[in-house]
Amino acid sequence: MATPTLIKGGRSTRSTIALKLLMAVTGLVFIGYVLLHMYGNLKVFAGQDAFDTYAHHLRTFGEPMLPHKGLLWIIRVVLLLSIIGHAYAAFTLWARANSARTSKYVVKKAVAATLSSKMMRWGGVALLLFVVFHLLHLTTHTINVNGDPESPYDRVVSSFQPEQWWVAAIYLLAMVALAMHLRHGVWSACQTLGLTNNARSRMRANSVAVFVAVLVAGGFALVPLSILFGIVD
Amino acid sequence: MKLTLNIWRQANQQAQGAMRTYELDGVSEDMSFLEMLDHLNEQLNEKGEDPVAFDHDCREGICGMCSLMINGQAHGPEVTTTCQLHMRSFKDGDTITIEPWRADPFPVLKDLVVDRSAFDRIIQSGGYISVNTGSAPEANNLPVAKEKADRAFDVATCIGCGACVAACPNGSASLFLGAKITHLGELPQGQPERWTRVVDMVAQHDHEGFGGCTNIGECTAACPKEIPLDVISQLNKDLRTAMRHGL
Ligand code: HEM
Ligand code: SF4
Ligand code: FES
Repeated sequence: MATPTLIKGGRSTRSTIALKLLMAVTGLVFIGYVLLHMYGNLKVFAGQDAFDTYAHHLRTFGEPMLPHKGLLWIIRVVLLLSIIGHAYAAFTLWARANSARTSKYVVKKAVAATLSSKMMRWGGVALLLFVVFHLLHLTTHTINVNGDPESPYDRVVSSFQPEQWWVAAIYLLAMVALAMHLRHGVWSACQTLGLTNNARSRMRANSVAVFVAVLVAGGFALVPLSILFGIVD
Repeated sequence: MKLTLNIWRQANQQAQGAMRTYELDGVSEDMSFLEMLDHLNEQLNEKGEDPVAFDHDCREGICGMCSLMINGQAHGPEVTTTCQLHMRSFKDGDTITIEPWRADPFPVLKDLVVDRSAFDRIIQSGGYISVNTGSAPEANNLPVAKEKADRAFDVATCIGCGACVAACPNGSASLFLGAKITHLGELPQGQPERWTRVVDMVAQHDHEGFGGCTNIGECTAACPKEIPLDVISQLNKDLRTAMRHGL
């Protein structure tokens, strides 16, 4: 509500822009993570031994300086804190946007918005649901348990068989959602971080965003696709 | 030409408003959009009906008073202000929907008139420089690099019309705010208060109830002065610097 008062003692850390910065920084953490994760997944093409050894090394990485699974737990804690911060900022700003316009237009034309930019909020929720599904599937083995529990490779390959095509379908749909989230997210993060102060750098940020989106989503999608079509077995 | 107009009518700030439909004949394509509304109001006056209230002042695209959402676009289909929009942008038989800016920090006062004093308060909170007034200083005493002068001038063309807020899906005033921050931030006179300015203006923006920016770009597409999105990047950068200074 408009209130005819001037406020005193405003703080940068209490602003909507601070929330956006939180979203941008945690978003960059996710990008770093998905790039590494995708690299690991592509080891499927190097065969069962390479893939399982990689998964094993993730657990023994840094030993004896770190305890067993030490690195894995550090990553998990950082990701958990990031998702809490990211979702907190997203939902707070979502609520704020709703209360900034409680009377809607009868006719409203969008002339500049990309589809990706309009899907950020619901797409983000879809990604969160997917992350839960993914953890229940391949981390805790609660959903669709099959394959040798000692071989991550075997579990992945048996999950994406054509007989249960719906598993691959969920993963592929999630990658579409991820591509869209990154398409707008990377560009938006560049703006939020103040890196796009002229027309050229804005164009560059948009190109990088499309590149990252296609690279990450495409790289991830290759694995279920090649198993579905029998290229990897 | 003959038009069908769907117009938001609301008696006062507290009243419940509604869309009303009017048929209007005898519109010339040389009329400005506001002259078309004047034409409608003459007819309403003759019939003894309450004329449609709308804001305007200069009618030459420089004051920022005129503010209409026309067929879902702030200031209508051209990149200009409503007063500089002409009826040749429409054709005979068109239906035109006219609404006020929709944002809770801009309450509707009557029909199509909104209260934009939230913008004045944002300016009051820091959109100025503090100097001792007196005789004009020697212009060459204060050199300003050409690129900085150009950028400051380009963004200083913001007329505070509020189209950016009206078009933004989040109801954010970041383009307006960014234009002011960039304008003063590029000039030597703006430096002493630069970091407190950005914190205070952003705090006032948030306090008024405007939304947060998600860099969608509807604002810059609607802006009659074509203020570019990079002012929002500049705004964010200045706020981040202020954060580093512990403000
Ligand atoms: C709780 C689930 C999530 C929600 C509700 C959500 C929502 C959002 C929203 C609203 C934005 C701001 C968009 C904008 O500025 O237009 C955003 C940005 C972003 N998101 Fe998410 N997101 C979620 C999960 C994720 C996940 C799992 C990832 C990583 C794969 C991710 C990566 C990013 C990135 C990189 C950005 C850019 C940061 C920025 O806008 O400055 N998000 N997210
Ligand atoms: S930035 Fe453009 S749209 Fe926004 S108030 Fe200034 S002139 Fe109007
Ligand atoms: S009436 Fe002044 S800008 Fe339109």
